[in-house]
Amino acid sequence: MLYQAWIIPILPLLGAATNAFLGARLGKRFVSLVACGTVGLAFWGSAWVFADLTRLPAGERLAMLPMYQWISAGDFQVNFALQVDPLSAVMLLVVSGVSFLIHVYSTGYMAEDRGYARYFTYLNLFVFSMLLLVTANNFLVLYVGWELVGLCSYLLIGFWYERKAAADAGKKAFIVNRVGDLGFALGVMLIFVTFGSLDYQDVFAGAPQMLAVGSVTATTITLLLFVGATGKSAQIPLYVWLPDAMEGPTPVSALIHAATMVTAGVYMVARTHALFELAPFSLSVVATIGAVTAFYAATIALVQADIKRMLAYSTISQLGYMFLAVGVGAYAAGIFHLTTHAFFKALLFLGAGSVMHALGGETNMLKMGGLRLKLPVTYWAFVVGALAISGFPGLSGFFSKDAILWQAFASPRGGIALWAMGLATGALTAFYALRAVFLTFHGESRLTWEAERHVHEPPSSMALPLGLLAALAALGGYLGLPHILGGSDALGSFLAPVFLDQANTALETQAPGNELGLMGLAVLAAFLGMGLAWYFYLARPEAPGALARRLGGLYALLANKYYVDEIYGGLVVQPLVALAHFLGEGFEIAVIDGVVNGVGRTVAASGAWLRRLQTGFVRNYALSIFLGAVIVLGYFLFR
Amino acid sequence: MNQLGFPLLSAIVYLPLAGAAAVLAVDGRNPALVKATAFLFSSLTLLASLPLYLFFQADTAAMQFVEKVPWVESLGINYQMGIDGISLWLVLLTTFLSAIAILSSWSAITTRAKEYYAVMLVLETGMIGVFVATDLFLFYVFWEAMLIPMYLLIGIWGGPSRIYAAVKFFLYTMAGGVLMLVGILALYFINHAVTGVYTFDLLELRKLNLDFWAQLWLFLAFSVAFAIKVPMFPFHTWLPDAHVEAPTAGSVLLAGVLLKMGTYGFVRFSLPLFPAAARELSSIIAALAIIGIVYGALVSLVQEDVKKLVAYSSVSHLGFVMLGLFAFNSQGVQGGILQMINHGLSTGALFLIVGMLYERRHTRMIADFGGLWKAIPLFSMALLVVSLASIGLPGLNGFVGEFLILVGAFRHDWLWAAFGATGVILSAVYMLWMLQRMVFGELKSQQNQGLRDLSAREVLVLAPIIVLIFLIGVYPWPFLKPMEASTQALLAEVKSKGQVLVLDGIQAEGIPMARQDLYR
Repeated sequence: MLYQAWIIPILPLLGAATNAFLGARLGKRFVSLVACGTVGLAFWGSAWVFADLTRLPAGERLAMLPMYQWISAGDFQVNFALQVDPLSAVMLLVVSGVSFLIHVYSTGYMAEDRGYARYFTYLNLFVFSMLLLVTANNFLVLYVGWELVGLCSYLLIGFWYERKAAADAGKKAFIVNRVGDLGFALGVMLIFVTFGSLDYQDVFAGAPQMLAVGSVTATTITLLLFVGATGKSAQIPLYVWLPDAMEGPTPVSALIHAATMVTAGVYMVARTHALFELAPFSLSVVATIGAVTAFYAATIALVQADIKRMLAYSTISQLGYMFLAVGVGAYAAGIFHLTTHAFFKALLFLGAGSVMHALGGETNMLKMGGLRLKLPVTYWAFVVGALAISGFPGLSGFFSKDAILWQAFASPRGGIALWAMGLATGALTAFYALRAVFLTFHGESRLTWEAERHVHEPPSSMALPLGLLAALAALGGYLGLPHILGGSDALGSFLAPVFLDQANTALETQAPGNELGLMGLAVLAAFLGMGLAWYFYLARPEAPGALARRLGGLYALLANKYYVDEIYGGLVVQPLVALAHFLGEGFEIAVIDGVVNGVGRTVAASGAWLRRLQTGFVRNYALSIFLGAVIVLGYFLFR
Repeated sequence: MNQLGFPLLSAIVYLPLAGAAAVLAVDGRNPALVKATAFLFSSLTLLASLPLYLFFQADTAAMQFVEKVPWVESLGINYQMGIDGISLWLVLLTTFLSAIAILSSWSAITTRAKEYYAVMLVLETGMIGVFVATDLFLFYVFWEAMLIPMYLLIGIWGGPSRIYAAVKFFLYTMAGGVLMLVGILALYFINHAVTGVYTFDLLELRKLNLDFWAQLWLFLAFSVAFAIKVPMFPFHTWLPDAHVEAPTAGSVLLAGVLLKMGTYGFVRFSLPLFPAAARELSSIIAALAIIGIVYGALVSLVQEDVKKLVAYSSVSHLGFVMLGLFAFNSQGVQGGILQMINHGLSTGALFLIVGMLYERRHTRMIADFGGLWKAIPLFSMALLVVSLASIGLPGLNGFVGEFLILVGAFRHDWLWAAFGATGVILSAVYMLWMLQRMVFGELKSQQNQGLRDLSAREVLVLAPIIVLIFLIGVYPWPFLKPMEASTQALLAEVKSKGQVLVLDGIQAEGIPMARQDLYR
């Protein structure tokens, strides 16, 4: 199957094409069968590829699939080429697996929607693009996947296009991503100009010889690539599109804006670590942006009333953890957290979707409450997700977050500041996750009477994916059970051939006591956050309001998301629009066209003036001839 | 060389002219017959042009399918035609778009239909002639001759201010053309002074080694004509007027083909004839190209008339083409040529789509629409796909051209690429905002609710373009391959004539961030 792996991305593409052309005619059953079937087959293929890879010796786990000659101009030769290696295989499994579950969930969630076929067409197209992204063998194919996932995100955020907010959000996502992609594209160009090739193996093998550690070129390339990552993976300063992206259908938020697409930046940095290793400055930028974003977004999540927006900021924050990981050279830990996050965040979103489904689309947690008795399945699933993200010992988030914190502390690229920020974020995370649980499912019901009557558990097509994801979110951490707890870090050692980390060797010199000690601190932080959430939202439900009043300024700052949208609007959007108006309505008409018409008018006016010479009287003409003759004569006489 | 032993190029050039005669000959009271005749001849021309691709030899830069007959021997004027990898696709684009433009006029043109189709066919002859002539005199004849049918198209079948637009278009282009004529004659006499031979043969004139100042003045004389046609900033203001007033098919050919004559002129004449001047002025031209990219995009952003928006977007897109051509490396030049084709397809399709909407609603104001997806989904999907092609989405044609251009520009000077690439962001801004206001949102207006979706004929008009948009995006190799030899030869020529130039493909080592020194 290794060398037939190209079938994996093709399958959902075929599904998308089928549903695009036939979906509307052949009905919902057909659409769901095609959509879920192709993605299910893609998952099965991914599992097969994974199994085949494990059978090979660790050093030989790479299959390249050159498909065809794509673009050629002079020495710019790029094939359409794919590859499979442990990193791609893990991504294939995560992407196709979570996609499959969310496709199934969607058949229930979207059952009543008019655009059913269109929805699954986009969703399948997304899976194709994402699978292409993670199996690309060169930077240009990566870029194709990179842009296409952005397109699908645009189409799916704006899926309910009749809502202005949805159409706005889709457009914003696409444009902000394009800003990032500009950096990414320039990075790719610089790679080509530097290495004369865009193939991974040429670039990664050539990099250490051609570029010195810390060289300007290496730093520039990696920083440009990282600009792309801040767009796609919603990091400071380009994260602003992700909260708005919640206008899309909730399964889309779960799949694209939590589990898969937004992690593309993390994947990309891990994939290109051979370049980042040559640019220590870029790595420190990645780690710092990651840590700051993690903390910053978590503070915003603390006060969100909208359950989906809260989860969106949480996603930004968790992505920050992943960048912190790859920034300190802990690539495998970053991918580990990417995987567990895909499980628990998809679970949280689907749980939220299930609540919304029950409440007719309500997303405001302040209007919920007490739902645990009415929606027990959803409740337990959501609780597992919330505990996993909080780092409750034994659940998946605990292990992956701990791996990151430990390496942020111990790696030579890390440090106490990065670690401390990660630790504090952990406490905030536990707080907002449990806050969501308490507001939504505990306490007094704040539902309207009508909504109350309507509440129902989701159909089995939605409940089953919830259950499976809950199992994964609970147990997924054992994929990377650390050695210190008697595990074997299966995921890490599977990925090891891809990442020949220098950072890891340094870790072994650390005393084992430190790792356990830090783990204890992380657990303490998590329990502190959970305890505070319990105090504020269960024990003393009137306390949050009082605190918000006491800290009015800070609360307003957080509730308004630090006013970043307003700042960007004032600094970038409005000046640009004003410039466009000035050019299009003033300069263009008055100056550029004015000159052209002015030339025309001048010619016409001089014609009108010269016409006066043509009087039609012979005596005038005779006079001119005479004068002319005098001048000519005079010239020849007196020269 | 002529691999067919048959004057295929002349056949392609004059077939539409014969068609025009036939259209005028048939009974004008039977509109179906008029349309059928016109479409028949344009399709025959398209079919006749396909062997150009099938028999094209990709491994040579020499002119192919050559015809050369003395015309006015005493003045050294030849009837001389031929194509190479640079003109091949432009000829095919012309025959392709002409057939489509004629098919698209079915219901839009109701007055003087007979004359209309005759003029369209005459225009086709003129356009193909420009791309195949290799004698400067013949080229000039076609260049100017083609203005007349376009002038008539805008002036007779155009919108409310058609006369202003037609006169502006004619005078503006004519002014450039006259300068070019002066340049052609100067070149003709200089060549005589040097070689003792009177000739307008481009291939002969290319052998001249002019001194720098002669090159500079002649480059300017030629290039002003071409720059107006492209149109490059700041010579572009005839374009929005002409586009907005022209009938749909006129806009399609104007954007799809006529603008390419400007960029084609640069590649075919300005670069090989006056390479030292081209190199000397390359930074200025690149600067104007970049200004055009950004300016065109920003002005598009505030247009209220969607046709005008598309027209200004052409200024931006053609800026990319110019940027690529003046990067003087194979990525830039091949990307530029490919982007000419891409722009012809996607902007041609955009004008067709806008025209279809105008036929239904008799307005092109963006504010009059909204929520069209709900009323006419097929139409909206077509608009979405073509818009995405226009903004360079990977997998569609625009991406390949734009990316190659930017790679070429990057190699020449990374700042060119950095500034030029901002156009990629801005194009997304104005196109997506247009989509949002027209296709998405609520379907409020009563008049829009009753719109009918694309008819079978309209699908037939758009489908071939959309297929090509996908094909070039997914598998551009067959399109790029035939250009390769000609591009290499052009670059070598540009390099050998004169002491200096950037050689393509020697950049692998060295300091990539440093600016390429033009004069090493």
